Amino acid sequence: MSALEKVFYSPVGQGVAKKAGLSEPPTLRRGRTWPQGAIVLAPLEGATLGKLTLKALGRAFEAPVVDTDTDQAPGYGSRIGALMVDATALTTLGQLEQVRAVLRPAMKGLERSGRIVILAAAPAGGWEQRALARALDGIDRTVGKELRGGATTNLVYVEPGVRPGDLASTLEFLLQGRSAFVDGQTWTVSASGTKATVSDKPLAGKTAVVTGAARGIGAAIARTLARDGAHLIVVDIPPAGEALAAVANEVGGTALHLDITAADAGHTLAAHIAERGHELYAVVHNAGITRDKMLANTDAARWASVLDVNLQAQMRINDVLLNPKTKGGLAKGGRLVGIASTSGLAGNKGQTNYAASKAGVAGLVQAMAPDLADRGITVNAVAPGFIETDMTARIPFVQREIFRRTNSLSQGGSPVDVAETIGYLLDPASAGVTGQVIRVCGQNLVGA
Amino acid sequence: MSPEAVIVGGNRIPFTKAGGRYAQASNHDMLTAALDGLVARYGLAGERVGEVAGGAVLKHSRDFNLTREAVLSSALSPLTPACDVQQACGTSLETTVYIANKIRLGQIPSGIASGVDSASDAPIAVSEPLRRILLKANAAKTVQQRIAAFSKIRPQHLAPAAPSVKEPRTGLSMGQHQARTTESWGITREAQDELAATSHANLAAAWDGGFFDDLVTPYLGVTKDTILRPDTSVEKLGALKPAFGGPEGTMTAGNSTALSDGAAAVLLASREWAEEHHLPMLAKVVDAEVAAVDHPSGADLLLAPVAATGRILERNGLTVGDFDLVEIHEAFASTVLATLAAWESEEYCTGLGLSGAIGTLDRSKLNVNGSSLAVGHPFAATGARIVASLAKMLHQRGPGSRGLISVCAAGGLGVVAILEAV
Repeated sequence: MSALEKVFYSPVGQGVAKKAGLSEPPTLRRGRTWPQGAIVLAPLEGATLGKLTLKALGRAFEAPVVDTDTDQAPGYGSRIGALMVDATALTTLGQLEQVRAVLRPAMKGLERSGRIVILAAAPAGGWEQRALARALDGIDRTVGKELRGGATTNLVYVEPGVRPGDLASTLEFLLQGRSAFVDGQTWTVSASGTKATVSDKPLAGKTAVVTGAARGIGAAIARTLARDGAHLIVVDIPPAGEALAAVANEVGGTALHLDITAADAGHTLAAHIAERGHELYAVVHNAGITRDKMLANTDAARWASVLDVNLQAQMRINDVLLNPKTKGGLAKGGRLVGIASTSGLAGNKGQTNYAASKAGVAGLVQAMAPDLADRGITVNAVAPGFIETDMTARIPFVQREIFRRTNSLSQGGSPVDVAETIGYLLDPASAGVTGQVIRVCGQNLVGA
Repeated sequence: MSPEAVIVGGNRIPFTKAGGRYAQASNHDMLTAALDGLVARYGLAGERVGEVAGGAVLKHSRDFNLTREAVLSSALSPLTPACDVQQACGTSLETTVYIANKIRLGQIPSGIASGVDSASDAPIAVSEPLRRILLKANAAKTVQQRIAAFSKIRPQHLAPAAPSVKEPRTGLSMGQHQARTTESWGITREAQDELAATSHANLAAAWDGGFFDDLVTPYLGVTKDTILRPDTSVEKLGALKPAFGGPEGTMTAGNSTALSDGAAAVLLASREWAEEHHLPMLAKVVDAEVAAVDHPSGADLLLAPVAATGRILERNGLTVGDFDLVEIHEAFASTVLATLAAWESEEYCTGLGLSGAIGTLDRSKLNVNGSSLAVGHPFAATGARIVASLAKMLHQRGPGSRGLISVCAAGGLGVVAILEAV
């Protein structure tokens, strides 16, 4: 800890910081926890999807307070846990008034770490309908920036034919503490016809591979997937073996020393899985490196190593695991997850190589998803923002403090926040979520 | 048919020079790390293994139950029993035999053979007179008696007693013993340095080729054996001064093993257990033999494995040519060379009661991925290191490939074993 950092966190320093508007950020609700207060459902224009999905989740819900356009917004008697706006039946811009009328009372009526979830029809149809879908996205992003106390808002686009069973895992994730650091985001759920239902052990009996699992986010992913019932094969380079062994033993999995950039890495991995008698359900391509330099100083070696580890290696491994002839390859109905980054989506000074690789991951999953849909395999990415890890702890204090506060939740995320989002994508009930890039960034101010 | 004992795989921590990166680590710590790496590699967290046998040569009195305590610190089920075995440098080849025999008798379905040694954390004892005084003071019933006991302490009693690496019956160190053997067998300096250089080159190549990726788990930030000198050569080794055998001696620090720290473990199982757990089967333990020489009467201290090798070959109807790979522990380069010379000597072998010379070894089969001169030699860990590495090499060569292990040990002991790839 630097001298400046010590002063900042001293009692005197904290007093000054508070006056400067840098108060201690809210503690976020995490884990498989539901909101404490009531879940309020606002079905607009007779929409039923939200109601049926909440019923499928076994959650009780209440009717919303609706603003009647007075000076003072009407309030909720006691703070509510969540507001779900089912806007899937809206078709005209004029109907956005109904959205305002249910959101206004909730803006100051939500409990800490409360939730707003907006359901809307995926952009389609005529000009006005498409404009409407995008308008809701603008509302979501702005609401995220106005909410306080660790509350979040997210927008889910639902494709035609989506049934409550397709949406249940998404809604469960958004309402629970697992989505603590996912804020102001929008993604799409499609009809999948899945029969899987949500549970606290959705991955029981399933085998997942996590690369780069010795430390930080990778270790958190392994722990979270193990909590959800998965059997873990944790992978890292041989020099990281000591920490990797500790993770493997903690989660009751197996450790595999493997350099993912080796030409035969995919075959080594598949052979290991086949030998141990597992059916491979999911691969989380978490391993990644940074070799930061301004582009003016970036040589070919820095360029190549980052692209190879962060993007090309997982493509080579996927090629092997997706070949139906590969023993130990990915099963039908399996899951692939890549790790993108807000640096890739928004660009970040000094990280051209990293941004290329991470934006490439986003492009890759979007390209792969439709091609693998007929095998029931989903392919998604998460894009972490500022996450508190050993890597980010090395950023100088002032810069780090700026990074961690420049988002709607005024704090850095925890590795477990990334892990929980991946756990949601791996849930068998998330079969309708594919080709998506979900940012886990607390609604970072940068990035699209 | 009695069950076979198969080697599933092994794990060790990188070996280091004593007083190096593991200077603050105890035998308990290192053995626990070796076990935890093995548990992680084979997914055994929380598993009750049949038995863990381990040991150390240099041992603190507090470590009377070293292996059991390491099991309790490890990720294995606390219901896993354990025992300590000690047979000098042969310890973890002997624990391998012990576990394999129990598996073959059907007493346990699985087990871990292990060994550890720290020359950095060697126990220091108080002198014998001081120890007696302290015991007397401890037993005293009155203050006067206690003062009387303490009053007997003299300054010379306060010198600590470090563990001796001398042979108790001859008063000679192992190096001094081996220097005699080196001279009497006419082992040249050049041949010793050549063998040492080959050991380093072979080990370096094995590391570069990823051979140890599934045999070693880093410990305390050490990712590779630190004694290894990939760039050493016969010329460089030739420049070293003699360490044993006087000014004309041929044994140097370069062609003798360094005092080392490290730990190693091997997972063994019945075929059924390995299949049930979907674990690999590299090689089976075919047979083992332990021999001893009468070194107090002048026999070569470190050549006991020769008799053991001759007897095990005769018992199994095998010759040297029947082995694809041979591992002879490199206590000193000259030990290996004297062993090979003894194998070829009709006179020496018949003197041991064998029917004739053991034979000549094709040197291209010897220690092909390096041995103790380059890896280091934490006494009790060496056997398990060799067993795991050899089992993997045999497996790579295909079913039926046969390997011989020969380990010399203090006290004029020699342990040998035959492995065969499955």
